[in-house]
Amino acid sequence: MLRRFLERATLTDVFMWFVGGSIVTLVVVGSYLTLRQGVYTTRHWFDFLVFGLAQGSVYALIALGYTLVYGILRMINFAHSEVFMSGAYIGFFVITAMNKSGFLDDNPLVSLSALFLVAMVTSVVIAVLLERIAYRPLRKSPRLVPLITAIGASFFLQEAFRTMFGSASKGYPDVDALQGSWTLTGEFIIQKIQVLVIVAGALMMFLLYLFVMRTKTGKAMRAVSEDKDVAALMGIDVDAIIVRTFVIGAALAGAAGVLYSLMFRQINAYIGFIPGIKAFTAAVLGGIGNIPGAMLGGLFLGIFESVGPILFLDGLGVAAPYQLKDVIAFTMLVLVLIFRPTGILGERLATTKA
Amino acid sequence: MDQGKPRHWLAVALQLGATGGLAALLICLVGMVEEFSKRYIIVDLLEMGQAMLLLILIATGYMTARRLADRPPREQLLASAVSGLVPAVMLFALVLLIEPLNMRSVFLNASPGLVDILTFGQTGGAALVLMAAAGTIQALAGGVVPHLSPRTRAPLVQAIAWVGLTGLLADILRVTFTNIPGAIFVLGWMFGRGSGKGLSIPGVVVVFGLVAYATYRRQKRPAGAPGLRSRLDGRKARLVNIGLWAAAAVILYLLPKLLGPYLSEVTNSVGLFVLMGLGLNIVVGFAGLLDLGYVAFYAIGAYVVAVLTSTAVGSEAGQIVWGPGMSFWLALIIAVLISVLAGIILGVPVLNMRGDYLAIVTLGFGEIIRILAGSDFLKPYIGGSQGIVQVGVGRIGGLVTFDKPQTVFYVVVAACAAAGFISWRLRDSRMGRTWKALREDEDVAQAMGIHLVSTKLLAFATGAAFAGLSGALFASKIGSVYPHSFKLLVSINVLSLIIVGGMGSLPGVFIGALALVGLPELLREFSEYRLLMYGALLIVMMLTRPEGLRPEATRRRELHESTGPEAEAPPAGMAAPGEASAGD
Repeated sequence: MLRRFLERATLTDVFMWFVGGSIVTLVVVGSYLTLRQGVYTTRHWFDFLVFGLAQGSVYALIALGYTLVYGILRMINFAHSEVFMSGAYIGFFVITAMNKSGFLDDNPLVSLSALFLVAMVTSVVIAVLLERIAYRPLRKSPRLVPLITAIGASFFLQEAFRTMFGSASKGYPDVDALQGSWTLTGEFIIQKIQVLVIVAGALMMFLLYLFVMRTKTGKAMRAVSEDKDVAALMGIDVDAIIVRTFVIGAALAGAAGVLYSLMFRQINAYIGFIPGIKAFTAAVLGGIGNIPGAMLGGLFLGIFESVGPILFLDGLGVAAPYQLKDVIAFTMLVLVLIFRPTGILGERLATTKA
Repeated sequence: MDQGKPRHWLAVALQLGATGGLAALLICLVGMVEEFSKRYIIVDLLEMGQAMLLLILIATGYMTARRLADRPPREQLLASAVSGLVPAVMLFALVLLIEPLNMRSVFLNASPGLVDILTFGQTGGAALVLMAAAGTIQALAGGVVPHLSPRTRAPLVQAIAWVGLTGLLADILRVTFTNIPGAIFVLGWMFGRGSGKGLSIPGVVVVFGLVAYATYRRQKRPAGAPGLRSRLDGRKARLVNIGLWAAAAVILYLLPKLLGPYLSEVTNSVGLFVLMGLGLNIVVGFAGLLDLGYVAFYAIGAYVVAVLTSTAVGSEAGQIVWGPGMSFWLALIIAVLISVLAGIILGVPVLNMRGDYLAIVTLGFGEIIRILAGSDFLKPYIGGSQGIVQVGVGRIGGLVTFDKPQTVFYVVVAACAAAGFISWRLRDSRMGRTWKALREDEDVAQAMGIHLVSTKLLAFATGAAFAGLSGALFASKIGSVYPHSFKLLVSINVLSLIIVGGMGSLPGVFIGALALVGLPELLREFSEYRLLMYGALLIVMMLTRPEGLRPEATRRRELHESTGPEAEAPPAGMAAPGEASAGD
């Protein structure tokens, strides 16, 4: 077994195993040192964990959009991060208006529902336009062509939002109902907003799972993702299903946008970029095209990213480890794609389908 | 899709009109129209902002007429007119709604200035009538274009495009040519007085006449007629060639003196992007590996040179702890070598990835490098967010110091020439053909005995070398490096320019860099909308001319094979507006 492995290994394999091995060693040593120092107590780790879970729910919601579209069209919808941003952005105007008129404080539940609705509708409109204008005419083109269009669309949307609504960052107003925190037991405190994000995320993912598994449209979506041509022969309107996939993905992204903005408060036209890549990482992590995988990947990445910088790097004496959280996420993306391109739950190979 | 019964012309006109109207609304609301209205193309007559609206309306009319190509001309023109009316009404609605809805609190650019431009300074009914008339006439003009005979159409379109371009670049042309004795009189006559004033009426007539005549003459020459050079025999041809090269050398030598510091600086930026474009052209254009983290190598080149040559070494704030203070030329070579090494190291992990995955992983690499450059973790060595200052410049003995834009120009030109030559020789070499095979189909290429690992790594390494060289020159040119110079948008910029120029095409890189880097540098108003227009340009290019403005021959054929014979030859009129819109 070992001999066969050594015979087949090439120089690049050896290099990659070396890189992977040193990263794993670094992580293990770093974690050991951090834990031995004991600067961070259980309470700290619990806070990191809850924050990671909330962040991960947002990633998971966005990741579902990538995974759904990838499953059907075999393309990365690069502009999906802007679909997410647009929901948060338009939502800002709605919530600010409601805040000014006092409606927000009087009827928080109604206002928040309206906020979600508006954001989701905005995202859906953007995504449908995107599909119609930028992707559909290019469905039969070489692979690079729609990818470049998607990149163009992403930048176009970002800049259009920035120039239309101004470059300055905007702050989401306080929602009184979401302020404060609950004490679980003793020292474990959990913020209300984080509870909302986690619960809302979980609920939406559950509904999506039911939709895809139990409804006729969901069945059609699965059929189209299996084989477009055969699905068309079975009487499925492929174009309509693709549009519906975009709609569902965008609605989730719009909701994610609102959750993200309620949690992090500051928004601008560029907030989509980093969560977008993270969500893509999450989708790959879980196995792209796989719906439970995207959820799992998102949660995992969220926690990893919240706990990781401190756990892995603090013990090694790295200055300001939190600055490097994106590096950790990207490194993980690269490692997953190299060593397990199928992701945690996926069965599809990056090399054959991409 | 539209295979059922033919749609009524009115439906087509309304649909396209609404699309044009949305585009017009967008450029109004992002503030382009108002921002651009400060620059005239034709003095006191046509501003750039108006010209953009005009272009949209003409395009709307043109598209409508083309969509209805199989209907009677009367119906086509009627449809064009209607398609122009729709955007006019939409813009009028915008004007009406700005005040009552207090739109300015959301859309920052819905200002009185914009209203003034849109309504020609009128209010109420007069404004509506004027706007409707303008819209209809402009779209009608667009609708007429397909009906002109090609003999008239090409000179007309070319001449209008050139008038637009000269009008936009009026300031630069004036500055450049004032140094030539005697030119000042002609310049004063052809251009408006003051900056941003564009062409004067006589200037428009001259440019229009010259271009139209030249295009007309060129058309009259039968295709395939021997040109001047092929009529000469071998010895004379060689002499002519030597003469041309000598002339080019003299012009290049004199150019920075003619251009002055500002325009030399712009040329240098264009040159650096040409270098990167040539490198990415090998990776994406030849080998078909979409690399979105290309900026990483640019950053590595810049940082290596900065660390090796900086004199700000020490333990104080704003200094780095280690730096040998090397000579620039040695550092340049080391920078290129390290970039190559980085190209290989970052290339190995992505050897098995294709398409989308490759794009996103390389994007991740680019971000990792940028974040590391700005992190406190590496701050003592590479300066963190405060960067590295006092980067060394090149010297040749005591003779020349490459510290001014005018002198850096020569280094940049030399680097571009070298990179251009290498790319050109590589393209037709065995390696170049191997890359193209890889681009067409990896599996088949492998089955043909192509060694994937070395082929891919060589593409990454060559591309990285050019980017590293570009970054090294950049660091020395600016005199300092900061992490924020190495954002993703540099990669996107380079990608856009090779796509606009034509993937895999070498002249395309130069054209793309001129249009996408040079123009925005020259027209200050563009800087705000640069990325917006790149994004739009990428989409429009992919939808209409995926092969780029100056395509490689094979690529053009293959991209149009799949779309059917109808798209085989773009109409003569399309090429020129495409170029014009790349310029806007």
